[in-house]
Amino acid sequence: MESYKLFNKNTQAIIYGFQTRPVQRMLDFDFVCKRKKPSVAAIIRPTQTTAIDYHKVFWGNKEIVIPIYKTLALATKKHPIADVMINFSSFRSSYPTSKEALESDTIRTVVIIAEGIPERQSRDLIRIARERSKFIIGPATVGGIVAGNFKIGNTAGTLENIILSKLYRPGSIGFVSKSGGMSNEMNFMISQCTDGIYEGIAIGGDRYPGSRLIDHLLRYETNPKIKMLVALGEIGGTDEYAIVEALKNGSIKKPLVIWVTGTAAKILPQGLQFGHAGAMAGSEKETADAKNQALREAGAIVPDSYEDLDKKIKETFEKLKKEGKIVPFDEFEPPKVPMDFSEAQRLGLVRRPTNVIVTISDDRGDVPTFAGVGLDKIIRENKSIGYVIGLLWFKRELPEFAQQFIEIVIKLTADHGPAVSGAHNAIITARAGKDLMSSLASGILTIGPRFGGAISNAAKYFREALQKRMSPLEFINYMKNTAKINIPGIGHRIKSVQNPDVRVQLLKEFVFKNFSKHPHLDYALDVEKITTSKKNNLILNVDGCIGICFLDLLENLDFTTEEIEDVIYSETLNGLFVLGRSIGMMGHVFDQKRQRAGLFREPWDQILFTD
Amino acid sequence: MAQKNIYEYDAKKLIASQLPNYFPEFNYHEKLAVITPEKLANFDRFVAENPWLKTDKLVAKPDQLFGKRGKANLILLDANLEQLKKFAEEKLDQQIIIGNVKGVLNRLLIEPYIPHEAEYYISITSDRYNDIIHFSFEGGIFVEENWDKVIHISIPFEKNIESFDLETKLPNLGKFNDVLIPFIKGLFQVYCAQDFAFLEINPFAITEDKKIVPLDLKARLDDTAAFLHMDTWGNPNNPIEFPIGIGQKLAKEEALIKDLDEKTGASLKFQILNRDGQIWTMVAGGGASVVYTDTIVDLGYGDDLGNYGEYSGNPSREHTEIYAQNIIDLISTNPDPQGREKYLIIGGGIANFTDVKATFTGIVSAIRKSANKLKNAKVKIFVRRGGPNEKQGLELMKQVGKETGVPIEVYDRYTHMTRVVSIALNKNLKR
Repeated sequence: MESYKLFNKNTQAIIYGFQTRPVQRMLDFDFVCKRKKPSVAAIIRPTQTTAIDYHKVFWGNKEIVIPIYKTLALATKKHPIADVMINFSSFRSSYPTSKEALESDTIRTVVIIAEGIPERQSRDLIRIARERSKFIIGPATVGGIVAGNFKIGNTAGTLENIILSKLYRPGSIGFVSKSGGMSNEMNFMISQCTDGIYEGIAIGGDRYPGSRLIDHLLRYETNPKIKMLVALGEIGGTDEYAIVEALKNGSIKKPLVIWVTGTAAKILPQGLQFGHAGAMAGSEKETADAKNQALREAGAIVPDSYEDLDKKIKETFEKLKKEGKIVPFDEFEPPKVPMDFSEAQRLGLVRRPTNVIVTISDDRGDVPTFAGVGLDKIIRENKSIGYVIGLLWFKRELPEFAQQFIEIVIKLTADHGPAVSGAHNAIITARAGKDLMSSLASGILTIGPRFGGAISNAAKYFREALQKRMSPLEFINYMKNTAKINIPGIGHRIKSVQNPDVRVQLLKEFVFKNFSKHPHLDYALDVEKITTSKKNNLILNVDGCIGICFLDLLENLDFTTEEIEDVIYSETLNGLFVLGRSIGMMGHVFDQKRQRAGLFREPWDQILFTD
Repeated sequence: MAQKNIYEYDAKKLIASQLPNYFPEFNYHEKLAVITPEKLANFDRFVAENPWLKTDKLVAKPDQLFGKRGKANLILLDANLEQLKKFAEEKLDQQIIIGNVKGVLNRLLIEPYIPHEAEYYISITSDRYNDIIHFSFEGGIFVEENWDKVIHISIPFEKNIESFDLETKLPNLGKFNDVLIPFIKGLFQVYCAQDFAFLEINPFAITEDKKIVPLDLKARLDDTAAFLHMDTWGNPNNPIEFPIGIGQKLAKEEALIKDLDEKTGASLKFQILNRDGQIWTMVAGGGASVVYTDTIVDLGYGDDLGNYGEYSGNPSREHTEIYAQNIIDLISTNPDPQGREKYLIIGGGIANFTDVKATFTGIVSAIRKSANKLKNAKVKIFVRRGGPNEKQGLELMKQVGKETGVPIEVYDRYTHMTRVVSIALNKNLKR
């Protein structure tokens, strides 16, 4: 590449800082310019743990990946072609990261975006760049653009603006300014007054910019494709006098239209900080008026006010055209970049079916809601766990007695000692050194037809019997002869008619007292009468009682038959057992972990070895 | 975000704490106090905290970032405690005029009076490639008329001052050579190490026992370097103060925006120039705001300009509304006594990413709420803007004009940025 060029159609940059939006904007620009290769070679993200990661971006409507490196050293090694680093690091770390890039062998141009870099640090970067013949753009800049070739980061704003300002193909104007915001305005204005921008750089508003207006103007002067120069200077500093000097000694010969802003400072209170850090006149020489006058005297085309800048640019360009110095070129229609889905959605241009329907909760607002009830209300009004379960499981506010019933069930099922399969499994897993979640899951996984299953099975068979209007005796015979299983929920190892289970008694008492109707419990007690007459331990056990009373609970709420069907189908009853028993199983896991209990091994004498 | 003045008191303290690191012979008396109206009210306690006030001969002078204090008769020399108290009572809380600025005197710096014969001048400044030492034997109030006698020594940025041959550049130091050279080198190192942007000691004296005593001192720090100096002036728990100049008290409307500015990542700046001004601006972007202000001045309407300000960096809708309301209140609270129209220019270039629709939604909301006030004050609004969602944003402006009857003219990117200024003013405000 010629030394007067910093960027061309093959330039690739390394982006310092995981800035996904400017990267995509650069690639979209590349696409409308019909570049062959993306202008971003790699991204540096010092905070990542891996040496290399990948970032997905769009190239037109295709997806491609850009590597993300942890260090600049690795990025420059892998991408020796990339000779630009665009530094998005903060004002705190811009200095060391820019220094590293300037001292590397492959990076030629460093663009520093951050604002607020200490002046002494900027000056040291300028020193390194001078010593190593490198180029700095910034600090405190949006960057710049070579129309149709390469765009730095966020320069030139939206794609729409790039198209309107004809920045997808080079014109004949070299433009440079301090202000990034104004450069966007000027890019468009120049596209309206001339054949458009060839290159536009914003050097940034600091007192010590890494490269000055003159540095870019001299590059433009040497570039044969650039026919005319436009610059926007600023009050403060003396850098514009370097341009005056270059005009006088003939190093700038191309027509230069320039305006130094800040002419209003003369009527403003002294010491007022204009837009930029460097924008304060320390002496008469640094005022905008003095600079404009000096430039005018040196032969630059200087309007009387910004108000006439567009006219001066147009006049100057028309004159060049008349002199035959502007080479006409064929316009082309830039390819369309597909709109981002999120943008199209925001504009109401597209729609897409959702993947999931959720009817019980919403966390998008200020306060999460459970079935429409705010979590704040639940806490403030001190609602019960039974109330919360009602909202999330049944999508309604349950009456007091139902909340209480659910909590009784949770308490009754919370634990049944260490010997049952769930607790036992949880203990063994915990002692194998596994984490809480694995230990709990291993316990929960034993819940099924034989362990805890009696609750839902009892509910299932008793409900069927009642629906089919079987008499208790018919039901008993049906289970014995047709289903060929013991009646779920009937029978206890130890408890009997003479030695009743206190848990069942408490549950029955609650139901008789609080439920206005209890047909399933009544029916089960009729069945129990018959079974206990055969054998005194064939009583309604606690699992059966829970399952059956739960059916009665549903009868007492405002559920339709179909809704009750859905509740049973969705395994809510198993849910109550899993929920309750998890409390106990976690207790056992904590218990073992507290003791630092070692690995459990079944003793040989507990195993019968045989073939 | 730039070079900021600091109080003479703070500057002397900073130098006194740092200079001995490089110039151990610097044996500062450490006797430095600031008296304010509050401290004067508790004068006994003030004296108890600074017992040397009772024993030393004293000097007192204003410490409010302005010079030529001697000519304004604001310096007390060779005084005792009683004279100091009388001087403070006389001067503090008094309105003074410095140049064309009116302000209230509320800080006096007190130091021991050091009798001396010669007064020397030293300052340090910076440019892109050098730090520059300016030295003169003719210090004090005469330095300006003797500026040709000042010796300027550029130290290239990459040079180490310790090995720099300063003696050759300052050949005529005579008997003070062995104290001045290390002093200048030490001071230079403090200047660099502490990110000063400007430092001037004018004058300093050398006592008979070859002690260097800074008398008057002015300094600016590069405030962006604060994060590098957490152990000195950038201590986040006790940061150095960057005072605004005397008489530049923030109006409540300015303070409101300053407060807002500090709360957000966006930039919101606002300064009142003339409360009775007929022309007010609400311009997006630091660069564009300067250009609009310039154009108003260039076209000859500077005296009628009400404010300078800018908003940028994609401020939220809410913040833009507060900003707009602030200007609308100022412009419409007091209609022009002669019944003349007022002009509000809502301008801006083509934004990079500031969402025109979102920011304009905020402005439109403020206009809608204040429609009657605006009409009473005969305010005409002129809008020019481009950028993301510009069509929708500009349409909102047209709509609010139609709905409320507030006269609003709206221009888009195809109208030259500042042309609204001439459209608004040349037609209406013929000069």
